[in-house]
Amino acid sequence: MESVFKGLPSWMLEFPQIAGRDLRLLSRNIDQHYRAFSRAWGDSIESFFRPLLDFLLWFENLLIHTPWWIVLAVIVAIVWFASRSIKITIGTLVALVLIGMFGMWEDTMSTLSIITVCTFLSILIGMPIGIAMSRSDKLQAAINPILDVMQTMPSFVYLIPIVMLLGIGIIPGLIVVVIYAMPPIIRLTNLGIRLVDKEVLEAANAFGSSGWQKLIEVQLPLSLPTIMAGINQTIMMALAMVVVASLIGVRGLGQPVLQAITNQYFTQGVLNGMAIVAIAIIFDRTSQAYGKRLQRHREASHG
Amino acid sequence: MAETAIQIRHLYKIFGGNDRAMVEKVKQGLSKSDLLAEHGHVLGLKDINIDMPAGGIQVVMGLSGSGKSTLIRHLNRLIEPSAGEVIVEGEDVLKMSERQLRDFRRHKISMVFQRFALLPHKTVVDNVAYGLHVMGKSKAEQRQGASRWIERVGLAGYEDNYPAQLSGGMQQRVGLARALATDADILLMDEAFSALDPLIRTDMQSVLLDLQKELSKTIVFITHDLDEALRLGDRIAILRDGEIVQQGTGQEIVLDPADDYISSFVREVNRGRVIEAGTIMDSTQPAATANPSSEAISVPENTVLEEVARRMTEEGVDRAEVTDKSGKTVGSVDIHAVMAGMATPVLKDAIEDAGESRAS
Ligand SMILES: Nc1ncnc2c1ncn2[C@@H]1O[C@H](COP(=O)(O)OP(=O)(O)OP(=O)(O)O)[C@@H](O)[C@H]1O
Ligand SMILES: [Mg+2]
Repeated sequence: MESVFKGLPSWMLEFPQIAGRDLRLLSRNIDQHYRAFSRAWGDSIESFFRPLLDFLLWFENLLIHTPWWIVLAVIVAIVWFASRSIKITIGTLVALVLIGMFGMWEDTMSTLSIITVCTFLSILIGMPIGIAMSRSDKLQAAINPILDVMQTMPSFVYLIPIVMLLGIGIIPGLIVVVIYAMPPIIRLTNLGIRLVDKEVLEAANAFGSSGWQKLIEVQLPLSLPTIMAGINQTIMMALAMVVVASLIGVRGLGQPVLQAITNQYFTQGVLNGMAIVAIAIIFDRTSQAYGKRLQRHREASHG
Repeated sequence: MAETAIQIRHLYKIFGGNDRAMVEKVKQGLSKSDLLAEHGHVLGLKDINIDMPAGGIQVVMGLSGSGKSTLIRHLNRLIEPSAGEVIVEGEDVLKMSERQLRDFRRHKISMVFQRFALLPHKTVVDNVAYGLHVMGKSKAEQRQGASRWIERVGLAGYEDNYPAQLSGGMQQRVGLARALATDADILLMDEAFSALDPLIRTDMQSVLLDLQKELSKTIVFITHDLDEALRLGDRIAILRDGEIVQQGTGQEIVLDPADDYISSFVREVNRGRVIEAGTIMDSTQPAATANPSSEAISVPENTVLEEVARRMTEEGVDRAEVTDKSGKTVGSVDIHAVMAGMATPVLKDAIEDAGESRAS
């Protein structure tokens, strides 16, 4: 091969790189600016998220310090009322009892609290963005590529800018999880609203509904199944990211897993891993069953 | 009925990005197919002029794609025209601000849809109350207003069902009740009964006619079915390729179709249900004087021939006196004239042919 291309100039044989010195200069420059930015703004960003942290800590404490059997009863009750399925409810009960018996109760409560908070935040921020997107094709065209990048970017890469900005801790962890978990709820809110039956929407218009009335009375209720699918995915992504975020100091089931990896504690790793899987299944089944229940009106029951 | 509720003047609708400029071209004689081929715009409606009577049923009839839905959606401005005027009860709909338009749709005009377009996540009572809810009425007022109309369309007992649990006919009763519940003067019905089985459909036509007797709304009814048009319409406008080809009463259209297109429509019509005694009567010699010895019944001039024939047969007579609104005798018909009037042109041709061949 080499002989064939021998006569070519050197820039064709080897990829023309930016000179090592220039590259170093470039990255040093960017790093410097970013550091300066983080020094200037890090604290105010941190204090902006302070109430959130307080709420998270309060909720975590509540779950950990309330007697375990009350927490257990409440969770099982929530699962029952959401799903109305004996199978899912009993499964939840068994899983939680096992988690407690194997000494993972506290970590599980930490994980549960951060998932809950992150999911609510994602919905709170993501749904309005999805609604805005559904109303404007331009906005959709602008946001979609951003979501694509967010969803394809390896989860570890998310950690870099946030950690550089805010250091290690729960708030950066929370932010990372929320950013990572948000795309599905944005996408599916947008999609759900766009798929609402045009004729029903026309009827709403014909009766003189305002934009707000259309949203509340027609668009959101009719896109609810799709939105629920988005919430379900958001929960799953949050759970995945919570484990990764244990790298930067988020408490919960991710930390023992991390420990197990670095120290080769096989049993500890497997047990905590199983607990994560159990929580994932509980969230998934419960939210899906709830979503289905919301749709009962679609079933025809003649007779 | 003399009053005009809705006036449509020189209404054009062209689908495409540059519709206003295209209107000029169409006015200068550009055809629908050339408009599409040369400019990529679709001609939806062309120079529509209709006066719709207040308190009457105006039918707009045409085949699929003739522009019926497009036309009716201009009346509550679900579609913006490319040119023209739409005046409803003296108000120019196209000049309304967004807020005025919303009020107009809430209080003055309501609509029934071909595929019902009910809110699937709301119960029957909440669907019927939707217009009242949008107006901002209290829960109690909504419930009360809705119940009354649910009962009136014969759905009492189904208040808490979801639309998916009802048959098509019942769903359209909900659609009708929803439209009536707002107390709007004007009711738009876009092929409201076309999705229903023939029997249910006739049923719903009767429901509508009964209601109309009581309410005297201004109804704009879209259909592609001539029998439905003739049964319901006080006036009928026939639309083809976005243009009005004929307007008039059902009788006028059946007796004097404007062109071959309409002739082919009316050929199969049951004339006995359309043509009235007053139209074919002999007004030169009232029955009594013509033949005092034979007995005759008396019928109002707007009785359809089928009914006249039925009553003649029942009474065993072959003449009828025709009376006007005040009860004065204005003419007479005999059974032969009634039969001839009821015969379709096809039948007439056949009879004449038979007569000729026998003669030769
Ligand atoms: N949004 C649109 N863009 C482009 N063309 C349209 C649009 N809406 C309707 N048209 C065209 O306008 C014409 C009339 O359509 P319209 O829906 O009013 O017909 P219709 O008489 O109601 O037919 P149908 O009986 O099938 O309901 C058709 O040729 C249709 O293709
Ligand atoms: Mg139509």
